[in-house]
Amino acid sequence: MTVDIDVPPIVEMRGITIRFPGVLALDGVDFTLRPGEVHSLMGENGAGKSTLIKALTGVYGIDAGSITVAGERRTFSTAADAQDAGISTVYQEVNLCTNLTVGENVMLGHEQRRGTGIDWKATHREAARHLESLGLSLDTRSMLASHSIAIQQLVAISRAMVLDAKVLILDEPTSSLDRGEVEQLFGVIRDLRGKGVAILFVSHFLDQVYEISDRITVLRNGTLVGEHPIAELPRDALVTKMIGRELEDLAAIANSSHRVIDRTGTPVVKATGLGKRGVLEPADLEIYEGEVVGIAGLLGSGRTELVRLLYGADRADEGEVEVHGKGTKVHQPRHAIEHRISLSSENRREEGVVADLTVAENIVLGIQARQGWMRKIPKKDQDAVVKEYIEALGVRPANPNALVGNLSGGNQQKVLLARWLATAPELLVLDEPTRGIDVGAKADIQRKVAELSAQGLSVIFISSELEEVLRLAQRVVVLRDRRKIGELDAADTDLDTLIDYIANAGEGSAA
Amino acid sequence: MTAIYRHRLFWPIVALVTLIVINAVARPQFIKIRVQDGELYGPLISILRDSAPLMLVALGMTIVIATRGIDLSVGAIMAVSGAVALTIIDGAEDPGNVGTVLIACIVAVLVSLVLGAWNGFLVSVVGIQPIIATLVLMLAGRGVALLITGGFITTVNSEPYSFIASGYLFALPFAFLIGVVAIVILSLVERRTALGVLTEAVGINPEASRLAGVRSRSIIWGAYIVSGTLAGVAGLIYASNIKAADANAAGVFIELYAILAVVLGGTSLNGGKFSIAGTVVGVLIIQTLDSTILFLGVSSAQSPVFFAIVVVIVVIVQSARLRDGLAALTARVRSRGAGVQDSDKVEVA
Amino acid sequence: MAAMTMTRAESRPSDDGPSRVQTFLSRHGGMMPSFAAVFILVLLFIGGEIFLRGDFIRPLTISNLLIDNAYLLVLAVGMTFVILTGGIDLSVGSVMAFTGMLGAKLLAEGLPVGVAVPAMLLGGAAIGLFIGVLVQYFGVQPFIASLAGLFLGRGLAFIVSLSSIKVENDAVLWLQSTRIKIGDWVITPTGIIALVTVAIAAFVLHLTRFGRTIYAIGGSEQSARLMGLKVGRAKIGAYVISGTCAGLAGLLLTAYSNAGYPRNGIGTELDAIAAVVIGGTLLTGGRGFVLGSMIGVLVYGTIKTIINFMGAEQAWMQIIVGALLLLFIVVQRAIVARSEGRR
Repeated sequence: MTVDIDVPPIVEMRGITIRFPGVLALDGVDFTLRPGEVHSLMGENGAGKSTLIKALTGVYGIDAGSITVAGERRTFSTAADAQDAGISTVYQEVNLCTNLTVGENVMLGHEQRRGTGIDWKATHREAARHLESLGLSLDTRSMLASHSIAIQQLVAISRAMVLDAKVLILDEPTSSLDRGEVEQLFGVIRDLRGKGVAILFVSHFLDQVYEISDRITVLRNGTLVGEHPIAELPRDALVTKMIGRELEDLAAIANSSHRVIDRTGTPVVKATGLGKRGVLEPADLEIYEGEVVGIAGLLGSGRTELVRLLYGADRADEGEVEVHGKGTKVHQPRHAIEHRISLSSENRREEGVVADLTVAENIVLGIQARQGWMRKIPKKDQDAVVKEYIEALGVRPANPNALVGNLSGGNQQKVLLARWLATAPELLVLDEPTRGIDVGAKADIQRKVAELSAQGLSVIFISSELEEVLRLAQRVVVLRDRRKIGELDAADTDLDTLIDYIANAGEGSAA
Repeated sequence: MTAIYRHRLFWPIVALVTLIVINAVARPQFIKIRVQDGELYGPLISILRDSAPLMLVALGMTIVIATRGIDLSVGAIMAVSGAVALTIIDGAEDPGNVGTVLIACIVAVLVSLVLGAWNGFLVSVVGIQPIIATLVLMLAGRGVALLITGGFITTVNSEPYSFIASGYLFALPFAFLIGVVAIVILSLVERRTALGVLTEAVGINPEASRLAGVRSRSIIWGAYIVSGTLAGVAGLIYASNIKAADANAAGVFIELYAILAVVLGGTSLNGGKFSIAGTVVGVLIIQTLDSTILFLGVSSAQSPVFFAIVVVIVVIVQSARLRDGLAALTARVRSRGAGVQDSDKVEVA
Repeated sequence: MAAMTMTRAESRPSDDGPSRVQTFLSRHGGMMPSFAAVFILVLLFIGGEIFLRGDFIRPLTISNLLIDNAYLLVLAVGMTFVILTGGIDLSVGSVMAFTGMLGAKLLAEGLPVGVAVPAMLLGGAAIGLFIGVLVQYFGVQPFIASLAGLFLGRGLAFIVSLSSIKVENDAVLWLQSTRIKIGDWVITPTGIIALVTVAIAAFVLHLTRFGRTIYAIGGSEQSARLMGLKVGRAKIGAYVISGTCAGLAGLLLTAYSNAGYPRNGIGTELDAIAAVVIGGTLLTGGRGFVLGSMIGVLVYGTIKTIINFMGAEQAWMQIIVGALLLLFIVVQRAIVARSEGRR
């Protein structure tokens, strides 16, 4: 699968610069894409991957630089402009209309017409033809909503083919697919590559990147780190390029986490057979004082679902929860909070911070909610708590009256952490606390978790970045396909073992 | 100076003062206040008195809108409340008895509270969109009021009941004082307890609030109960004013004027941050504008055109799009995408 | 690998021929609320027949259903477009009153029908355009933008004249007075206009790209935009159509009542919304049918007729429509919850 370097590039981006209020999101980035290659765009969250993609798809305008497509200089102001130039995008959260049929989603805006009206028969036939070219035989008249996310993703790709795309952008297409579905998708990608389509691929699963890519472009903090053929860039070199110099700093955290936990007494929280039909098969979980339990598994494996049930965010229909050995009912988040369990959701914007309230109001919200509305926490006490946590966690700007919505992702995450720490929890559940935040804030948060657990706080830590899980946790619980498949001792597990376990362990008994 | 200029009550107050000044110049008697038998009279006092029903409804609407909701049923609840009260008084042996009137008022307000609770149930427990949930009662409520009055306009001659709308206490119209009491109670409850900030949190992000342990459901439910109850009191004042229960005419369009008052006062319909003082100013603007339009010799039936213009000006000034547009004039136009896209731009940054 | 293979098999409908019921549900699940409306309509007919001792299901009664509610049907058609995009249009009642007054005034001034009728339609379209522009370009919520339209229409109606204006134009009166008989069935030109409006709307919604864009916007506006569809144009178009329909309804109501009356249509927007919702269109947008809205109007009209026949209080009309509306939104809520749960 070597790409002929002499083939003229289909996309050439030169010196792309994009500024957001207060942030330089992209700083003079170059990027080239050739026909018939799969080109992976790599970088940590916040490195500028999605910004670069959005510049190419006409969602954002650029402040400097040039975009050339098929030898023609272009400026895109809408998604439609980019599509007209032959650039199609399939986003992580499938951007189709689930209220319409499969066939219509494929053909929308390009329906076959007869006379004045749409010829539905011909349209569905055309849709079926495009789906079949990707090896999909679906009832084109069925509603899109009745299909899995994986199928919807493939439908989105079929749609791109209808547009006769010369460039196909796949932004994190695999994050909610299982292994078989990924294979199906990769089959389609290889097929398209064979037909000369240029594919821009983004994924944070290194295995997949190495399996499918021809070349890799690495971004870090909005700048270009380098462009390499896949064969010339070993994994460790790639990771180093992505992360930069932070590795040593984080290694120190890892050393402090390797403590021995006393598991002889009563666990702080113990869940037995906790499950919900269609969401999670019954699972057991124990957390002891001062322990960090990592939960590993792919997105959709049930890791978020498990902690949501534990916290009462969703109501479990079976299972028991014991806090310090005493059985309790946790049907609502506030029940959990009463038992000093706190959960910081993976979805920071939607389920975490209250954007239009100030930093101070957000921090106090947790304790105020527990006190009830009748007993307002005196202003003086509020100020003291807020000041303490802004300092302890290094929230920037350190202005209690700033609106949280205006803070960067990392600082929003710190505000959330502050809200929960202020409630003095005994168990803190952190679901993807480091997602989408800058490297510095990531290190800050991991350091804080290590520090608090050393002082006796129990933590459940969920992250897609398995290095983080292994770095912080003493024990790792692994889930797959909405089922707990086992537990590992973090001290004698390395990354490869863990990845292998997530992918393969317990296969025999699964059927 | 910029702090004053930027205060969110700045423009509403400027609008109100401008209206009053225009009126005072055009007809000097506008700002004259007469004292007669120790009671105050004059156009300004009339505005205060007449604004009472709208004031009560708009206060309730403010709380509901803060939770990201809307209550379309307030006019219908006013009709029901008036119908209940007058039917009780009408049926009593002595309509002039203070006790009878008191009982009638209490029952009417309790019925309104129950109707508010019904709205709150549909929104917070069943999970129906507020516009639709309250549309049900908006449609059915007047029917209920008509049934109570038997399809007629119930009129009564009851001294104590008339007092509600036209009586005076401490030299001021009693109806106005009812409004003041409601303002004071709501302000105290929202600001002295944590209810204000919790309501805002629920309005801005209901799911995040629930996960933070806030009793979102109870807070939303409570907002509709407050709105219903206040609408019930407003209905009593309305019926007292015309000394009759008119199920078809009571509180028609009041929900729209109340929403307008809330928006004029700077509370966003998207929920969240709210201002009771803003709503008070908004109500006074509407009432003063109404009086101005009448003074101009325009038929009150034609006044909606003026309100349409006011709505358009207010929403356009508040429109994020326009603000972005103005910002782009000073800065450089970069994104040619829709204004909507600007918001997710910041998100990624 | 067994477990994975199995999960994949489930998501491939081609592996095993799914049962007919499954195919039907996966294709037409969105039509269930409209079927429910038909069911209710049939129940009402049967109920009417039983309570009124065989006096109800007669061609004349059913013909009158359409004739008496022609204006509401036209309003509901326009409202369907707006609600399908996820919006709402509160202005239709007062726009109908305004255009009715405008037409009556122009005719009274001696202008020909050829001027008055287009003026009515254009007047409605203009207010629709005004609302659409506020919604699309100024980001104003549809509720508030159309509220401004409501105030504007009502005020303008009274500015045309404070009292009703009698219409004596033969052409306009002909629309209502002509009775075309087909056996025992009767229809007026107004009824035909309403039915043609429904047919055109159904064609536009189901067989044109503009119509499909309306549905796509209701499903997900962001997706529609990313798919490169002309979202702005379609959204404004929906409000213009609703406004134009309100203008047409103004004509029909004027013909029906022989006069323009500035107080016409107070609260009619709610009846139109109720009819659309009862007809199975989801208020969140993206799902529904214009034919469903027609059923909704017929349900509304039937209840009204039954109440008239029984000589019951008009108050019951409001209560029953409110209760039906509640029933339907609860059913819709359940359907939406189920389809979300399945994903």
